[in-house]
Amino acid sequence: MSFTFPVLTAIIFIPIVAAVIILFMNPKQRDLIRGTALSTAVVLLGLSAFVYFSYNGEVNRAGGLLEAQEQLVADGGDLIGSQMFKDGLRFEEKYTWVDTVGISYHVAVDGLNAPMILLTGMVAVAGVLISWRIEDRIREFMAFFLLLVAGVYGVFVAVDLFLLFFFYELAIFPMYLLIAGWGWEKLREYAAMKLTLFILIGSVIAFVGAIAMVLTASNFFSSEAGAAIFAQAQQSGLLSTTAQTFSFDIVQLTVAAEAGAFDAIGYFGVETLTFATFWFPFIFIGFAVLAGVFPFHNWSPDGHVAAPTAVSMIHAGVLMKLGAYAALRCGVQLMPEGAQAHLPWIVFLTLVNVVYGAFIAFRQRDFKYVIGFSSVSHMGLVSMGWASMNVIGMTGAGLQMFSHGAMTALFFGCVGMVYERAHTRDIPSLGGFIKKMPWVGFAFIVGGLASMGMPGLSGFIAEFPIFMGMWAASDSITLQIGGFTLSNYYSIVVIISALAIVITAAYVLRVTSQVFFGEFDAEKYPDVGDIAITDRVILLLLGVPLILVGMMPFLMAPMVQAGVNPVVAMLGGL
Amino acid sequence: MGEFNYLQQLPAIAPEIGLTILAVVVLALDLYLPESRRKGTAYVAAFGLLGLAIVPFIWSPVSGIDSYWGGMVRYDVLAQVFKVMILLAAGITCLIAVGTHDLARKGEFYLIIIVSTLGASLLSAASDLIMIFVALETLSIPLYILATFRKGDPRSVESGMKYFLFGSFASAILLYGFSLLYGFTAQTNIYAIADYMTSPEFGLNAAPIVVSLVLIFVGFGFKISAVPFHFWTPDVYEGAPTPVTAFVSVASKAASMAVLMRFLIAIFPAEFVINGQVMQEFWIQLVIVLAVISMTIGNVLALVQKNIKRMLAYSSIAQAGYTLIGIASIQTMYLTDGMTDLSQTAAAQGVAAVTFYMFMYTFTNLLAFAVIVIFTEATGSEKISDLAGLSRRNSWLALAMTVGLLSLAGIPPAAGFFGKFFLFNAAVTAGLEWLAIVGVLNAIVALYYYLVVIKVVYVDRHEDDEVPIALNMTTAWVLGATTLSVIALGVLPQAIYNWALSSASTLFA
Amino acid sequence: MGNSNLFGLDVLSILVLAPAFGALLVVALPRNPWLGRIVSLTIALAIGVLATLVFFSYDRTNPNMQFTSETQWFALLGSTWNVGIDGISATMVLLTGILVPLAILISWEIEDRVNVHLALILFFETGLMGVFIAQDLMIFFLFYELSLVPIYFLIDQWGGKNRKYAATKFMIYSIGGTLGMLLATQLIGWTAGTFNIKELTVLWPQFDGTGGTGIFLGIDIETVKALAFVGFFIAFCIKVPIFPFHTWLPDAHGEAPTAGSMLLAGVMLKLGAYGFIRLVVPLFPDVWVADIGLLGLNITWAGLFAFLAMLGIVLGAFAAFAQTDIKRLVAYSSVNHMGFVALGIAVMATVYGQAYVNGSTTPEMMQSGIIAANGAVMQMFNHGLSSAGMFLLAGAIYHKTHTRDLREYGGLWVKAPIYGGIFIFTSMASLGLPGLNGFIGEFLVVRGAFPVFTWLTIFSMLGLLFTGAYILKGIRAVLHGPFNMRWRDTNVEIELREFIAIAPLMILILITGIFPNWVLYVINNSVTLMMQGLS
Repeated sequence: MSFTFPVLTAIIFIPIVAAVIILFMNPKQRDLIRGTALSTAVVLLGLSAFVYFSYNGEVNRAGGLLEAQEQLVADGGDLIGSQMFKDGLRFEEKYTWVDTVGISYHVAVDGLNAPMILLTGMVAVAGVLISWRIEDRIREFMAFFLLLVAGVYGVFVAVDLFLLFFFYELAIFPMYLLIAGWGWEKLREYAAMKLTLFILIGSVIAFVGAIAMVLTASNFFSSEAGAAIFAQAQQSGLLSTTAQTFSFDIVQLTVAAEAGAFDAIGYFGVETLTFATFWFPFIFIGFAVLAGVFPFHNWSPDGHVAAPTAVSMIHAGVLMKLGAYAALRCGVQLMPEGAQAHLPWIVFLTLVNVVYGAFIAFRQRDFKYVIGFSSVSHMGLVSMGWASMNVIGMTGAGLQMFSHGAMTALFFGCVGMVYERAHTRDIPSLGGFIKKMPWVGFAFIVGGLASMGMPGLSGFIAEFPIFMGMWAASDSITLQIGGFTLSNYYSIVVIISALAIVITAAYVLRVTSQVFFGEFDAEKYPDVGDIAITDRVILLLLGVPLILVGMMPFLMAPMVQAGVNPVVAMLGGL
Repeated sequence: MGEFNYLQQLPAIAPEIGLTILAVVVLALDLYLPESRRKGTAYVAAFGLLGLAIVPFIWSPVSGIDSYWGGMVRYDVLAQVFKVMILLAAGITCLIAVGTHDLARKGEFYLIIIVSTLGASLLSAASDLIMIFVALETLSIPLYILATFRKGDPRSVESGMKYFLFGSFASAILLYGFSLLYGFTAQTNIYAIADYMTSPEFGLNAAPIVVSLVLIFVGFGFKISAVPFHFWTPDVYEGAPTPVTAFVSVASKAASMAVLMRFLIAIFPAEFVINGQVMQEFWIQLVIVLAVISMTIGNVLALVQKNIKRMLAYSSIAQAGYTLIGIASIQTMYLTDGMTDLSQTAAAQGVAAVTFYMFMYTFTNLLAFAVIVIFTEATGSEKISDLAGLSRRNSWLALAMTVGLLSLAGIPPAAGFFGKFFLFNAAVTAGLEWLAIVGVLNAIVALYYYLVVIKVVYVDRHEDDEVPIALNMTTAWVLGATTLSVIALGVLPQAIYNWALSSASTLFA
Repeated sequence: MGNSNLFGLDVLSILVLAPAFGALLVVALPRNPWLGRIVSLTIALAIGVLATLVFFSYDRTNPNMQFTSETQWFALLGSTWNVGIDGISATMVLLTGILVPLAILISWEIEDRVNVHLALILFFETGLMGVFIAQDLMIFFLFYELSLVPIYFLIDQWGGKNRKYAATKFMIYSIGGTLGMLLATQLIGWTAGTFNIKELTVLWPQFDGTGGTGIFLGIDIETVKALAFVGFFIAFCIKVPIFPFHTWLPDAHGEAPTAGSMLLAGVMLKLGAYGFIRLVVPLFPDVWVADIGLLGLNITWAGLFAFLAMLGIVLGAFAAFAQTDIKRLVAYSSVNHMGFVALGIAVMATVYGQAYVNGSTTPEMMQSGIIAANGAVMQMFNHGLSSAGMFLLAGAIYHKTHTRDLREYGGLWVKAPIYGGIFIFTSMASLGLPGLNGFIGEFLVVRGAFPVFTWLTIFSMLGLLFTGAYILKGIRAVLHGPFNMRWRDTNVEIELREFIAIAPLMILILITGIFPNWVLYVINNSVTLMMQGLS
């Protein structure tokens, strides 16, 4: 792409710079602080949208990415996946960072993270707007929030394993402070700590795995066969001519993975154990913890409830996607054999997520907990989509990441607005709020319909392919348990998880009718009035995409497909 | 060795010479200046030390010639790095001390610091048993004095006494170990010892060697406050005046780490085998065990601390544990496949990792202690719970504290992240994945108590929330400089790391 | 007539999208009831006119899909925005186009949150139109589900006393019902790699397991097809509704506001029947005629369906007779009338299935199959008109007396002669009086069904008897008998607005009754093509 302005670097560093500037401001000048934060977020959204749509153009134009990928598959070759991945990268920037240990600053977008970038932009703006009326140390709040946003962006665009971890951990502490410092007094300290530790434990173990992976790859490349492949990759332009064998660059690791570097049996001297089969569970689940995969999900409802609205939005809306995204990037993409070995049982965890999450959500009295658990349920679908290991299912999961992101952010926005005026989240004691705040009611209904997979909204566009992918996978995937072989069980999984849709419908309708319809108690909630214009902007910003994507999947699906194809190629599914 | 060229030998100890002069100057000033203007002494000492940090660059080590003064000291890049590190640490310590009401005007304080620094910087270069011991004492004895510096405060006196007893005991044991080693080999230069022991005429018997090793290790273990030689640490950290604590936690530790690396790498080459058992392996076992227990015990005990200085004491024990991971992996790689280029570079990475870790740890800890000093000066309290509302009282202080603790916890963008990464990277490269896992899990435990402090700083309220804490010029500069350098090391570690890396190569002579 | 495009959009897509955008416009309007009423009515009328135009410009000599257009939608799944109408769809589109403006006119009586109410009705129209014109299974499903949302809120917000219960029951029934359909849809779409209904009707029936082995997903393909069939079957049975899946209907119809009931009974029930004709019959020909051992006796799915249809007719009539609530009475009459549609479909399915399995079938069978199918579609259309009319009238009287209890009416004819006349006229239509439209459909169905399901047909005829009974009961209770003094000072006479609303219905009822061919012809061509397409 001829565009030379370093968009991604800008996207990452603008919020950081803005955060520092804000920290230097006089805490008295609230409006200046808010203004700066907002304008930063808006600029980010603009850049993100630019990235998204120009990439979308790349995909959809005739002879665009998808066709190129088909061509690649047709031509065949032994490094299709890596080639596809490399060709799919746009807005690429690569600078050496700590080259003595093979760390580079390498960022780019592909079909998978472009929607996430857009989503992050949306949520960033929404988050700043919803925090408009925070009085207590708004300077620190906004600064940390922007740092968090920067971290999130960093993880999504990183094409270097180390860089990815760097930003992943960078995002942790502002989040901790935001939750612990501005959250809901009853719960915030416990929840914030729980959340941080859960997420970090997962990620650091994955980190050690990553280092081991890089080492294995480098040893492989120094070996006879590996050196040949390395040279070949350098010739075909996959790797730069200056590339060194010990490198965290994901492209290079992808090459190694596809060349079978992680599949040498006899890892740790154990027969039948390969690097991939050993490390995959640690790395995949290590990240999936952030995606709330069962049984490591129970940080998430508390975390979401305890967090201030803006953080709930960005946390459920974007951070959980971070986990799912990284699990795919570092887990499935780099260790396909591991994925094939382990996802067949991990799918059961995701099934529990989907069904159990929905059930628990149904039983909640606290408005915010309902949403918290619904997130667990919906993120389960994402992991399930990964587990399908075919284009359809994974594309669905990719779409679900966006859909659920916008949807949950919208939900938490609505909850926040109601709570701000009613000062309670106890569902039974609320009622009739749609009369007072029609916008919120309407937005919540849209979100609710999306979450129950109502056609015409993004939820349907996402869940339909996921389930379809599961059907498609059903025939090919079997699971060895001790002696006997489980086969075709994916179809059962689909059917069971489809029940979750009904449960979802039930609790969405219940919450909607109890909170927004019914009788409004005027003397109980005297100061409930309609929402400010900023809040309307939030609702539109997050709600409209749900409808657009739902009605016009071609705005996003092909792009996600283009992002998923390389991974599927790595899995040998193309 | 050839005829003794005096001028050629001088640069090797240029910083030490400078330190001696500085000591004299400070002493003179202290006598000359009236009480009111004594602060001047402090500044002279501080900027003198900082200035001296440039010296190792002016006379940077000459490649090829390592051994100076008849093999008493080596002047290689490793020594250079650590000298710079130590001098900077000392300088910053003095600046921190300026901020305190009781130490600011005490000339002798700075004098003693300088002397101790002299010891430390010699230790980092020492390559002879005698030199090592002398340097070690030159480093330690002043610290005993400094620890008791607050004569009024019983805790201070007690801690000084404790430190002195433990310290001298440890030195004695170390000395005994040295003497044994000398007895076996009739050599004092560690390289000569190595040569002798690998030479055929050396009688092959592992037991006494092992004994002497253990004894020596006790000595070093005490200095770097590794479990089980850590008992002095909490009390001394708590009792000693905070600037002293800062100095103890960085300068003496760094110097000891340097000499430890040097000693371990030099003393037993991989090819040193006694009836089929490679002595290196013995080291490795020892170091790994110490690493694991130091990390674990340090972190677990730190969880329950109420006093911030005690907490940092235990955390520094844990940090020693992390560093030992690095040392263990150097040894392993050094061992695994002799000295092939691959393992050479790998081991070098281990050395670089440790060095970088000490470097960033120096700044990090100084930052943390600087904050504590300022806070204690303002409130007179060292209780963690009293840090409540700090972010409301002075958001800069709070931010600096956060950065420091995050760096200790190893969270980006603070330096600690890279520090830990290099260590674990070395461990994994050495095939010690499990050790790395233990390390990261410990890091999580550690994160818990650091986060608790950060939480107190940002979330909890305190009755005198509204009383702001003022920063004076000096402390503000110290804070700013250290914070920025911690961030800088955490974002662009390249330069320092490569420097450290180049230092490693000289060790495998 | 080919594709007439307005601003780059083909006319059918406009039929779908216009109401939605209209709805947005109405919501955006300032909170002035009259403005909302006028605007929404004009929009609805415009769409109605467009629908009528489409119907009449539809080339009735050409039975194939017309006004087709296809654009990219969800390439990955092989689903496209693929619209088109044949005779069957055309009739339904017309019905929808006619009923919605009338419904809007009726709901002028609503005072609470007018704009939202009207917008929801328009939005509902989008859903309905979408289903009828969709030629892509996924799009079909999309609109099929989408149409639930507005009607849910119409009932939940503007319904009667018991509305919450009714609305939730309705929603959960429908979503739960469509679950199996959803899964089956995905299954079919995946195996075929496309969602194009026309292609699916060819591909899916022929599909015989992975790689031609009779095995699919570990079980034999027959079972899989049977399960998929059941998925669709239940979904549509609930919608039609077929006994015993009808229990949601009386509540929903009873509690819904007048306009809601009109559209529910008038159009929404037809979605189910339409689904059967468009999808279930052509997708599962072999399953329809496959034997299922039920309670020992061997019976085909089609047979079972016919049996249930018969039960629906008879019991629906009984139940209607037992009602004391006028709206519930009309609601049960829907169960009764839709029973005939179901019966027709059962015949159609049998014939189609046999033709598919045996490759061909006897001309007589084919004959009666086509007649029955015609009857079914015809009945859909007619029931759409008459039930809408009945609900309108029921709503009209309720609106004035604020009671739906038949026992509290009585002798109203004296005070409301015009109303009475209209009431009787409409009732007669739904009773199936020859000369009015109701007769045509039921006659055709019975004629078609007789050779196939003789006994069931005979029982259904008995059901017709009771139809007469409850209709007359209704008339007696409302119009005849002693005048209830309670209404002495209330004006129960029909209002002009309501008269305007019902007039078109009456006209159509009459015309269709006397000269059915204006629709029947259109229907017949497509049905014939569909049935004979196989042999």
